[in-house]
Amino acid sequence: MLNVFKGKPKYLTVRPQEEPERKDFPDNLWTRCDSCGKMIFNKELEKEAFLCASCGHHFRISATKRLAMLTEAGDFEAFPPLVAMDPIGFPGYAEKIKQAQEQTGLDDAVLIGKATIKGSPCILGVIDFSFIGGSMGSVVGEQLVRGFEKGLQEELPVVIFSGGGGGARMHEGIFSLMQMAKTAQAVGKHSRAGLFFISVLTHPTMGGIYASFASLGDIILAEPGALIGFAGPRIVEETTRQKLPAGFQTAEYALEHGMIDAIVSRSQMLSYVGRLLAWHR
Amino acid sequence: MQAFEWEKPLLELETRISELKEFVHSEEMDFSQEIKTLERKASKLRKEIYENLTPFQRVTMARHPKRPTTLDYISLLFDDFIEFHGDRSYRDDQAIVGGVGLFEGRPVTVIGPQKGRATKDNIARNFGLPHPEGYRKALRLMKQAEKFGRPIITLIDVVGAYPGIEAEERGQGMVIAQCIEEMSFLKTPILSIITGEGGSGGALALGVGDCILMLENAWYSVISPEMCATILWRDSSRAAEAAQLLRLTPTDLLKFGIIDDVITEPLGGAHRDHVTTGLQMRSFMRRYLATIIKKPADRLVEERLVRFRKIGMFNEKSLADL
Repeated sequence: MLNVFKGKPKYLTVRPQEEPERKDFPDNLWTRCDSCGKMIFNKELEKEAFLCASCGHHFRISATKRLAMLTEAGDFEAFPPLVAMDPIGFPGYAEKIKQAQEQTGLDDAVLIGKATIKGSPCILGVIDFSFIGGSMGSVVGEQLVRGFEKGLQEELPVVIFSGGGGGARMHEGIFSLMQMAKTAQAVGKHSRAGLFFISVLTHPTMGGIYASFASLGDIILAEPGALIGFAGPRIVEETTRQKLPAGFQTAEYALEHGMIDAIVSRSQMLSYVGRLLAWHR
Repeated sequence: MQAFEWEKPLLELETRISELKEFVHSEEMDFSQEIKTLERKASKLRKEIYENLTPFQRVTMARHPKRPTTLDYISLLFDDFIEFHGDRSYRDDQAIVGGVGLFEGRPVTVIGPQKGRATKDNIARNFGLPHPEGYRKALRLMKQAEKFGRPIITLIDVVGAYPGIEAEERGQGMVIAQCIEEMSFLKTPILSIITGEGGSGGALALGVGDCILMLENAWYSVISPEMCATILWRDSSRAAEAAQLLRLTPTDLLKFGIIDDVITEPLGGAHRDHVTTGLQMRSFMRRYLATIIKKPADRLVEERLVRFRKIGMFNEKSLADL
């Protein structure tokens, strides 16, 4: 899956059109595991939280599926939607947004709202890779900030899955860069009021998302195998002209180097986050 | 002096003028009319060239090898300066310099990325690309400034934080996030000046100011034009086109409300006249520092947060309404 980032400088999002044509999964009955190559029956995959039964590979999932895994029906109340503008008049951006909206049914790359996880009320946000690489532009930034503000107002913890957060959204130029400051400050206000923030890094969490709110959790978790880092591996390789160490920028690597608190399998995520929330009530 | 292709006609003219002057001087002949005509021509050409720079021409000006570096600015702007080293944890990163200087008699903390001049210096400075320990040193010095109630002045000229293996291992992303967050809440006035390159997170990590100024031939964006071109067209040589799209010039950023003012440079760029550039900066700094140092610290932080909170453009409606 590392080749997803080929040619990707830091901060940049992965362009969906470079991905093989697929939704979460093809419409046929079987899916080949990206990691071990085994064929998996789709129904099985769905039942197993989109994990490969043989190698444990974590398939990328949509924000909607992620929400369904974490909350019971009716336990998520989404914030009013926001829709992107084209602040610097970047050619093709308006069409790109429209296309992403049609393909995903989402307004932008984040789903966020008030939720209850294992009985604990919280603010829950999930970033969706399939929307322009899960990149952070003005809408994602604003929605996240509103999440932390709502959390502050109602004294609620915040849980963000930076799932597929590719980084800043280049098409919004300086406005996307400034979302890093805006979100980091929102975390700071929430945190300084003594409130709790769990940041969960899933594949891939890079660039401007990693270098802002996602790195500022009281507790930082990651899914196994998730790519986590500042600069994309290809850029690091090109700049340093060094061979990258095995497992470079994986969740396991981040754990070894002291960057995250723990790696949590998707099948354990609900109970893990549930316990953490309960212990911080 | 290294010349750009687009300023060569002017430089040729300038050379001719000085040659002629020398000739007159040695041969005691009168060419004053010719010299005058040529000088008039040069001044017209200078205006034509430098007042109509394309965004990418500005980017190349920002990278001119003779452009003042942070340490040059420090000697131009401060009456005295003592450099402090190290992040107290791993190493002293020479790609970021910091310390305390006197600005018009007042002690201030000064921090900025430092590019090298000659090869040896460039290697020691890692070509001005900071590692996490550089940002940790910066953060340490900023907190020190807060403790002693000193204003902070950051001079920003960095194409980006270093994308290296060890930089990643030591938490490049993490430390940038921490710099941004902690800087936002510092109870001391912060004046940030983008002096050359303002490349994404590595620049923003030092740029959360109460007042943000930019030199005329500087750029600030989420990505460098080269990288943007690589992504769009898989061709970094189309950086000039990308620079046009990114809206990275001070004029654009002033219009977007991201920066507060543009510091004009001597015609032809800061590299042509360091001293005048320094004097010009001093007068802007004096003026803007005066407005922020008189505010109580709590209000500064509050206003700083509001400033960034407001940035972003979006529609408050759902997909269905559009």
